[in-house]
Amino acid sequence: MPKLKYLIFLGCVIPYRISSYEISARKVLDKLGIELIEMPEFNCCGFPLDPINHDMMLALAARNLCLAEQQNLDIVTLCNGCFGVLNHVNKELKEDEKIRKKVNGYLKGIGMKFRGTITVKHLIHVLAEDVGLKKLKDSVQKPLTPLRVAQHTGCHVVRPAKHAGFDDPENPAVLKSLIRVTGAECLNYMDETECCGAPIISVNDKIPLQMAREKLDHIRAVGAQALITICPFCHMMYDLNQPRIERTFNEKFGIPILHYPQLLGLAMGFCPEELALEQLRVDASKILTEVIAQK
Amino acid sequence: MLKVSDIDPKFKYEVSKVPGAENVLLCFQCGTCTADCPIARFNDFYRPRKLIRMVQLGLKNMLLSNEVIWLCSTCFTCIDHCPQDVGIADTVRVLRNLTAKEGKMPVVYRELASNILKTGYSYIIPELRRKKREKAGLPSLPKTNIESLAKLFDITGLSKILKRVGT
Repeated sequence: MPKLKYLIFLGCVIPYRISSYEISARKVLDKLGIELIEMPEFNCCGFPLDPINHDMMLALAARNLCLAEQQNLDIVTLCNGCFGVLNHVNKELKEDEKIRKKVNGYLKGIGMKFRGTITVKHLIHVLAEDVGLKKLKDSVQKPLTPLRVAQHTGCHVVRPAKHAGFDDPENPAVLKSLIRVTGAECLNYMDETECCGAPIISVNDKIPLQMAREKLDHIRAVGAQALITICPFCHMMYDLNQPRIERTFNEKFGIPILHYPQLLGLAMGFCPEELALEQLRVDASKILTEVIAQK
Repeated sequence: MLKVSDIDPKFKYEVSKVPGAENVLLCFQCGTCTADCPIARFNDFYRPRKLIRMVQLGLKNMLLSNEVIWLCSTCFTCIDHCPQDVGIADTVRVLRNLTAKEGKMPVVYRELASNILKTGYSYIIPELRRKKREKAGLPSLPKTNIESLAKLFDITGLSKILKRVGT
């Protein structure tokens, strides 16, 4: 198999405040023999400006896509928001001549042109499809057998189905199988597909905090020791905001929220420091002791 | 009470011509979108079904001055579940875009736009963070081409909109 190589699209939230996701993802991808090329001169994916100007979102996304076309490499993102926008715009520009013409008109002003030669992937597409579950399983050195976790796939990696074209948005299974590869048990819980609420937190914080509280409540009800996420926004809602949720609703959760590559990395034999587990807001040492104790 | 003069009979055509909202006239008010909307569960005023009905009725001014349109979290459940293939979340986006065009938007969007225009990123990433990256062995963050972005802000008309808002 030829060496897998991608342009990594970091987006904004990860470098701004969720480095632990990037650190752990780079560690596991490197160990799996995947080469990541830094994306030169990229800009925000465009998602945050869609509410105020759809065309600006299209232009920002298209500029990123053109940069990747110049490198002739597929994009891998770690963020559901970036994936949703870049993948959707890439498909729309490939398929819809009218929109492509309009956007190429914008791009002309900056000396670029969309050609439609690359594909946009999320980290979990790369792991589940390009690397494959079998190779992932082979890379596991310390199965996390006693661990019982829950997953939160999030929205934009599976919805809207007609654009995402991946997994079953009503019953997402890919992240579950990726979790099972590590040896950990993945528990079912109520309302698994519910949104984290993060996109509107700066407009109205009451609603997302209630949504996130409910999610943590449902996870606790089935006895999950941790929640596994694949998006920096979702992670922020459940990890960074967990103390705030606890204060607001006068309720203690203490549920560690791990990025999927942190879980995979532990199973691959990396130590917690290499995976930046100490950077999580909610202390994960309790589950780590359990994982380490079983060896 | 609603007056006939509150109605703009052409509004539904204005909306349905925008990509994403083409099927807004096909909504038969089944209410699946509201039933499955996570925001509607936690808020007494955000009702996607009602917003679509208001578009069909032509209640333009009521919609564009209504703060609830900014509450959609874009989970896209409504789009996946709609039996009539109405792009509900996309239609809400169209309403937001039209409101923004009039110079009205929640303050956070002004900030995000201004950050992107200044740095290419939607947040201003502090120098300390950049140094921390180096310490952690992460590659340094690329600088974007600010001139290109400024041009795109102008070409798409966003610069003009932001001036109207007064950044």
